[in-house]
Amino acid sequence: MAKHETPMLDELESGPWPSFVSDLKAQAEKRAKNEEGIEFQIPVDVCDDLLGVLELSFKHGRTHWKHGGIVGVFGYGGGVIGRYCDSPDKFPGVEAFHTMRVNHPAGKYYTTEYLRQLCDLWDFRGSGITNMHGSTGDIILLGTTTPQLEEIFWTLTHDMNQDLGGSGSNLRTPSDCLGETRCEYSCYDTSALVYFLTNEYQDELHRPAFPYKFKFKLDGCPNGCVASIARSDMSFIGTWRDDIKIDQDAVNKYVENDPAYPANAGAYKGSRDWGPFDIEKEVTGLCPTKCMKFENKKLFIDNANCTRCMHCINVMPRALRIGDDRGLSILVGAKAPILDGAQMGSLLAPFVEVNPDNDYEEITEIIENVWDWWMEEGKNRERLGELIMRQGFQKLLEVTGIDPMPQHVQYPRTNPYIFWKEDEVEGGWERDVEEYRKHHQR
Amino acid sequence: MSELLDNTEAATKAVVDWLTKKQKSKTKFYIKDFYKIFPDDKPRAIKKVINKMVETGELEFWSSGSTTMYGLKGAGKQHSTEGEE
Repeated sequence: MAKHETPMLDELESGPWPSFVSDLKAQAEKRAKNEEGIEFQIPVDVCDDLLGVLELSFKHGRTHWKHGGIVGVFGYGGGVIGRYCDSPDKFPGVEAFHTMRVNHPAGKYYTTEYLRQLCDLWDFRGSGITNMHGSTGDIILLGTTTPQLEEIFWTLTHDMNQDLGGSGSNLRTPSDCLGETRCEYSCYDTSALVYFLTNEYQDELHRPAFPYKFKFKLDGCPNGCVASIARSDMSFIGTWRDDIKIDQDAVNKYVENDPAYPANAGAYKGSRDWGPFDIEKEVTGLCPTKCMKFENKKLFIDNANCTRCMHCINVMPRALRIGDDRGLSILVGAKAPILDGAQMGSLLAPFVEVNPDNDYEEITEIIENVWDWWMEEGKNRERLGELIMRQGFQKLLEVTGIDPMPQHVQYPRTNPYIFWKEDEVEGGWERDVEEYRKHHQR
Repeated sequence: MSELLDNTEAATKAVVDWLTKKQKSKTKFYIKDFYKIFPDDKPRAIKKVINKMVETGELEFWSSGSTTMYGLKGAGKQHSTEGEE
């Protein structure tokens, strides 16, 4: 028998889709029965009260949570988000219901043993409710009380070799795609770079230093499986600057509809009959820059005009391969629509070398120049993308020392004035007036 | 780094004095607010000192989850009284 009547929440179970309400009810029942004999360190009815407070919020049309607080673990300015219920008399199980963010591993690779350990810990010292994963990428542990925080942190760090993630005005936990561990399209080792950045910027991850949140996300190639271009203040997208490698024999196998060469590596096979493969309709005709043609059984790509959209490579993976001169592009300023609407990242550095042997020097130089500018000039709670809008992309180029190039131009300028700086003008502001007067009367 | 920021004791005192003076009207501050105390220093050097003060117990963090603020330990509203006088 449920502790609270939840008629409105029950409606959320009536659709054909999976319901978090059913999950919470199952968890509430599991805790009540406690067949495993766990010595729960927080109230046993935490899940019942969570359902109860949500039902009350639905009824009142307003929240009954107080968000934020002083809670944290020693020395860390992030990783814990305080949450309190404003009706603890009715819902004592969720009087304190803090969130902990756990730094997810690169590529989100886990062993089952690790996941069991994590779930055991959370059943023991928390509500047992997790979110795999939050938008930033972290493992989110939902619902525990203040005295449990240090205990959980101790177990995570000492027994599980696991750190908390970022929250607040910190660098958020860097997140990446599977990269070279599984994917032939990856232009650099995303896991290695995430690991490096996480270690290199530990201080920024745990001790708040920024005007607001800052996110790194890493895509191994322009397919952008983690959508870094839309989801991170600084996005690293793998690319190459030589030519797409073409195996002409394999191209012809695709054209001949050889069953060993299915389009899209067979990803859409079986969903319906797509008919025979048509290279014009499915590849060359869809090239966004029209830089390809297939003539006389030969595929030609004008690589100078290729924008690395990946479509041709995705459709004919056995025939086309990413180039060999690989690196990454850095885009900056993406954000969600709290102020000024959502923004996609803008291209800052078209090609950057990815070199672990020099500690990714080219990458860290750009990161630190951007941070120095944002920390100095950014207003409180101003994202990097908003600062770029406010002070201009040109200013960003100045602080990063990157020369302007056509790829930085989004549209022709609308302001007819050019404000030169002294060092941009030959001879500066000084001039010989007498020499000038020889040719120009007063 | 300025002499003031370099001298831990003096820097700590300057921060505590500044916060104590402000305490009547406000108890939680953004990291940028501390830049005013050390006008000649770089943000990164300032944040190191301010975070050290959290570690040594003079200051404490307040986090909404998206933004983090700093205040004197125990000053202002604590979680149990948030939203009340």
